Amino acid sequence: MKRSILLATAARYLMPLMLIFSVFLLLRGHNEIGGGFVGGLVAASALMLYGIAISPAALRTLLPVEPRLLVGLGLLAALTSGLLPVLTGRPFLTGLWLKTPLPVIGKVGTPLLFDTGVYFVVVGVVMWILLSLAEEEAK
Amino acid sequence: MIALPLLLPLGFAILNVLAWKSPRAQRVLTLVGAALQTGAAFWLLGRVRAEGILHLPIGNWPAPFGIVLTADLFSAIMLAVSAVVGLAAALYSQGGMDERRVRYGYYPLFFFLLTGVNGAFLAGDLFNLYVWFEVMLMASFVLIALGGERPQVEGAIKYVILNLLASTLFLSAVGLLYNLCGTLNLADLARRIPALEAGGEVTLIAVLFLVAFGIKSAIFPLFFWLPASYHTPPVTITALFSGLLTKVGVYALYRVFTLLFASDAAYLPTLLLVLAGFTMTTGVLGAAAQMDFRRLLSFHIVSQIGYLLMGLGLFSPAALAAGIYFMVHVILAKTALFFVAGIVRQTEGSYNLKELGSLYARRPGLALLFLLPALSLAGLPPLSGFFAKLALVLAGFDLRSYAIVGVGLGVSLLTLYSMTKVWNEVFWKERKEAGAAPLRPVSAWMWAATLGLAAVSVAAGLLAGPLLDLSAQAAAQLADPSLYIQAVLGGAP
Repeated sequence: MKRSILLATAARYLMPLMLIFSVFLLLRGHNEIGGGFVGGLVAASALMLYGIAISPAALRTLLPVEPRLLVGLGLLAALTSGLLPVLTGRPFLTGLWLKTPLPVIGKVGTPLLFDTGVYFVVVGVVMWILLSLAEEEAK
Repeated sequence: MIALPLLLPLGFAILNVLAWKSPRAQRVLTLVGAALQTGAAFWLLGRVRAEGILHLPIGNWPAPFGIVLTADLFSAIMLAVSAVVGLAAALYSQGGMDERRVRYGYYPLFFFLLTGVNGAFLAGDLFNLYVWFEVMLMASFVLIALGGERPQVEGAIKYVILNLLASTLFLSAVGLLYNLCGTLNLADLARRIPALEAGGEVTLIAVLFLVAFGIKSAIFPLFFWLPASYHTPPVTITALFSGLLTKVGVYALYRVFTLLFASDAAYLPTLLLVLAGFTMTTGVLGAAAQMDFRRLLSFHIVSQIGYLLMGLGLFSPAALAAGIYFMVHVILAKTALFFVAGIVRQTEGSYNLKELGSLYARRPGLALLFLLPALSLAGLPPLSGFFAKLALVLAGFDLRSYAIVGVGLGVSLLTLYSMTKVWNEVFWKERKEAGAAPLRPVSAWMWAATLGLAAVSVAAGLLAGPLLDLSAQAAAQLADPSLYIQAVLGGAP
């Protein structure tokens, strides 16, 4: 299939911007609009744009790890965020927060870990589905 | 920590995803996980028995505002039985699941399914019940289609469409109920619904729940997806489904109709009993016409659901107790029967009753393994099915519901007929091409799982006294919603 030069060039610039925006959405979440799910979707669409504009194989080499590893680690992070308060004797999923907010990131606590987990699960699942379909087609 | 039976399978599902490339690691993880889950479920059962209804406010947000997990005796019993079935299925999978399906994620899905099932048993509000149902269904959708064989895909389409329809109805009912009461916490609903002015809405919602859970638990006339799809995946998956999925639907029916709609229930017992009678009869008659081992057993699932519904329809504490004990019995016996069917298939290469035969002479041990759960299902003493049916019949006599008792006993005879047919065809009659095909070896894992489950099923019959006592305590909690309300919301009326 012939690739569009315009799209490919644009995608190279757009993808990093969208990825940064997705992290912004992730950190903004909890009390304001945003969060792991939306952030993950934006990140996934950034990667998807890259995959469509350039090639699925290029996307595969761009990803440092297998998509299903992202899913597994994301779920593990979310589960850990729930289990941390249990270690301190509180019910499952109780929010624990650091007293002092960090610069740039803001308030840090287990909900952020949970959201990060969700972020990676979303990215992982979308990449998993997309790459499976694209590589099936390429065969 | 009552979330343990929920978190363990979730944790092991994640570990299995991480160990995707290594089937061997997944096998070990699965055995360890299923064993731990069984331990956790029985530990929870012990605690609930000692301390009464337990609940856990997730995230430390108190009920009715936050999400709660609630474990009463009924939940705990169901968790324990499904953990036993899960452990048996984990053992059976070691020999009964082909390499290709393992590579495509059988073990992670197995644990996601158990997560959903356990979550449904522990859910303390209706929306989470819906979510856990979905978790369970998502995993089961993939499991039923895993492998992608042609009949599997056909079965999966029917299964998926009917179950999605049920989920939609369920969600609509949840939405309507929220509109009416402004809460979805089960305890809070149980407190508010009786206080509502009697109107059509509550009845409408109750019937929507009945239809939604009715599809999921395969009651008459909504059962047809089950025999159309359950025989298509490998038998390990069918056994797991038969033991767990429809029973979660029945669990939801018991929960909703004892806790929420008991006061609105003037029309319900009759309706449920009529449905129960038809479910039993159509299931067993459908089974009589089948010549495929797994299809025959699938129709029996439907028939047995009728008895569970009868326990709910009679609506006395004794009947509910009998229903709970029946549930334990049928989950164990039915799963064991599917395991036997899988072993027959493994040795003889067929599920077709016409092609099979002579197995009594060639595999006497297998014949015995079939006979125990089969006679238990038909209700012969001293097996668990006998006590379960006896308890139901006695409860029916107490309420003078002679019609349903008569139907139940008649269906019991037909079940015996059906099991005799399988016995004759598979084990007794001469095989057509006698001795032509040598017996193929069967994995020791499959033998161990089947033997273990049959032993547990027999034990459930021998321990009928204590188990019925336990079921009676569980039923007493179901029959008195104020206990549940008080446990979750505290003393405030």
